[in-house]
Amino acid sequence: MADIAADGYVPERDESGALTTVDGTPLKISLRKSQRRAKRRAFYLVVPLLAFLFITFTIPIVGMIVRSVYNPEVANYLPETSAAIGDWDGEELPPEKVFAAMAADMEVGLENRTIGRAAGRINREIPGARSLVMGTARHVDEMQPPYREAFLEEDEDWSDLELWRLLKRETRLITPAYYLLALDFEYTPRGDIVERPEIYQVYRLLFIRTAWMSIVITGACLLLGYPVAHLLATLPLRTSNLLMILVLLPFWTSLLVRTSAWMVLLQQEGVVNDLLVWAGIINDNGRIRMIYNQLGTIIAMTHILLPFMILPLYSVMKTIPPSYMRAARSLGANQFTAFVKVYMPLTIPGLAAGVLLVFILAIGYYITPALVGGESGIFISNLIASNMQGTSAQLKLASALATILLVLVLFFYWLFNKLVGVDRLKFG
Amino acid sequence: MQDENGVAKGAEDRAYVRFEDVQKSYDGETLVIKNLNLEIERGEFLTMLGPSGSGKTTCLMMLAGFESTTHGAIYLHDQRIDNVPPHKRGIGMVFQNYALFPHMTVSENLAFPLKVRGLSKSDTEERVKRALEMVELPQFGDRRPAQLSGGQQQRVAVARALVFEPDLVLMDEPLGALDKQLREQMQFEIKHIHDNLGVTVVYVTHDQTEALTMSDRVAVFNDGIIQQLSTPEVLYEAPDNAFVAQFIGENNRFLGRIVERVNDQEVRVKLDTGEDIRALPVNLNGGDRTTLSLRPERVLINPDEGATPNVLEGTVQEVIYLGDHIRTRLAVAGHDDFIVKIPNAAGHPSLQRGQAARLGWTIEDCRALDA
Ligand SMILES: Nc1ncnc2c1ncn2[C@@H]1O[C@H](COP(=O)(O)OP(=O)(O)OP(=O)(O)O)[C@@H](O)[C@H]1O
Ligand SMILES: [Mg+2]
Repeated sequence: MADIAADGYVPERDESGALTTVDGTPLKISLRKSQRRAKRRAFYLVVPLLAFLFITFTIPIVGMIVRSVYNPEVANYLPETSAAIGDWDGEELPPEKVFAAMAADMEVGLENRTIGRAAGRINREIPGARSLVMGTARHVDEMQPPYREAFLEEDEDWSDLELWRLLKRETRLITPAYYLLALDFEYTPRGDIVERPEIYQVYRLLFIRTAWMSIVITGACLLLGYPVAHLLATLPLRTSNLLMILVLLPFWTSLLVRTSAWMVLLQQEGVVNDLLVWAGIINDNGRIRMIYNQLGTIIAMTHILLPFMILPLYSVMKTIPPSYMRAARSLGANQFTAFVKVYMPLTIPGLAAGVLLVFILAIGYYITPALVGGESGIFISNLIASNMQGTSAQLKLASALATILLVLVLFFYWLFNKLVGVDRLKFG
Repeated sequence: MQDENGVAKGAEDRAYVRFEDVQKSYDGETLVIKNLNLEIERGEFLTMLGPSGSGKTTCLMMLAGFESTTHGAIYLHDQRIDNVPPHKRGIGMVFQNYALFPHMTVSENLAFPLKVRGLSKSDTEERVKRALEMVELPQFGDRRPAQLSGGQQQRVAVARALVFEPDLVLMDEPLGALDKQLREQMQFEIKHIHDNLGVTVVYVTHDQTEALTMSDRVAVFNDGIIQQLSTPEVLYEAPDNAFVAQFIGENNRFLGRIVERVNDQEVRVKLDTGEDIRALPVNLNGGDRTTLSLRPERVLINPDEGATPNVLEGTVQEVIYLGDHIRTRLAVAGHDDFIVKIPNAAGHPSLQRGQAARLGWTIEDCRALDA
């Protein structure tokens, strides 16, 4: 060992003994200062992208989340009533002041043409309430106090306690109602949370199905992709380039074309069934249903997402020198042990990246399940999409569903981070 | 150096590793190894030395089982092994880039060969500990390979190849990535381990100094053929052919024509530039062309009249001071790359650039080799 040359340099220190630069500034501060400049420059470079992401990504997502809980109709269009009904105990008919407030709100609402919106909101919970509200509102200018009696005279239904309880419940500006709905629960008018009747339960099941089908698709991609990636990484460059083109080919054809190709192949009068019949494996009336069900979705989506598994795996495998396997073999491990103990652990960064990528892409997939999923093979995103075309309430439900999906994805990401460590992932 | 011929030290006389008529081709068009016959004794330190692409790694890979032989047979311990899979050959191997498993700690790396052999936990721990002590890294067991310096990784790689106590260890340019000083230290340590354990080592390098300092015998490869297989001393002092003379150590070379074969101790050669030289016939295969080979340190500057049978005139082109000797380049007989090493001893001749000098040498030092 050579000694470090003693050139007589004694580092400068301040009174507390911390290192300083030659001009006396503490070393830490000058280091920070010099790094800050570099950081600022790096920041300027990403500003355009950040702005873009903010406008096209953050704002819409926040908007979606807000919309999924925002419940303004009753509070905004029946402001007096909302204020008056606050200290009503809900056990018997509300006092006169609530009816008076309602009458005042109706008058204003008629003028501004907003009463219809409030009526519509109530109608969603209690069918028929719209005509009750609108009918009374039309005559409210002729009414005299006491309003309670006047209302009841106008329509018997105003004595319905459920209606008033509902009104009181809906005065909240923020409501979890759509989330409850998205998970197949609902409020009773009194505000208790109960499961919806069984025939209306769809979303919970669909979430679970979306998740497990995504897991199956990810597993299929892994099983099919791992050997291919290994082959790509070990073959001579010329052959592997050719194979790589085959892997990438799906990227260059339209998603729609690929999906419809699967329709042609898999339908009951399709190529695969024809071949099976021709080969005598099944007979003509026993044609298998391979599309418009879960199987169809799984087959088509596995095909579409396969490259996302292969590419990160390949890029990691490419960097593993063959000498590791050779070393393991020379140390006495057979092919299998060497593979499991040495090669596989080294591919984990790519494997995990591929799994995460495919799973997250799959769980939010829309087009393929919509086209080949039939009834049993659709995903949650298909229901989100159909809800988005509906009424404003359905739009809110869609927002709630989408937010839950987002949380689900974030949860899986978190879980993944726990299990593998995201900083170890290698996407390409 | 061990015993002069580097032959077996153990009781057995039979070769421990034997290549018999081995040929290897990767593409079916060119032979990378051309008819290799090689016997390695038990306990020997044998080095394969040769320029890049000469087939050293290929030989090693065939012995380790990672490449098949195209023709011929390889025997280990009198058992034919060319069809035995690598993990059953029980040969330790040190790779050029060390190939330490990056996802395992140093201890886990060392335990790997023991675990796959099913050793008990306590045995494994004990042996790992001993191996770490052998390479002087006892406190590094919990580190990952990436947290070690190049030299430390190298030691771990050596320890891992030895920890399961193989009789034969192969090393493919294990020191190639180290700097000069570390390389010399590791050469010494590897040699030391070899002496202590008595394992057979087949070592590949293209650094001739490394080959000469470490080996019992050196096989000089060129173009898929072993050019000479001898002890370092013989290789340097008595190269069989022009390639070996050129490849091992520094060498002054003259081309010429044989004029007269005096006896088997002397030939007279006329250089292509006209000078007459008397040389020792070594490897004159038939023809009358020859390459004369002369070591730079065997040349005398301004010898006494008649003291050397060969004398040529030269002009000094360059003088380089190297501490222990002075390297002088002269223009002699039409070449301006004639090198003389003048030892930095008391009263050594001192030459200046541009000065003329007489250069003399003996018959034995000037070897007439194949052209
Ligand atoms: N896998 C392979 N496929 C085809 N040709 C190969 C392969 N490996 C080596 N060769 C060729 O075989 C010849 C010998 O290669 P080898 O690796 O044995 O040389 P080497 O003596 O180890 O050289 P170096 O000192 O550079 O490591 C070279 O010409 C090389 O191009
Ligand atoms: Mg090599």
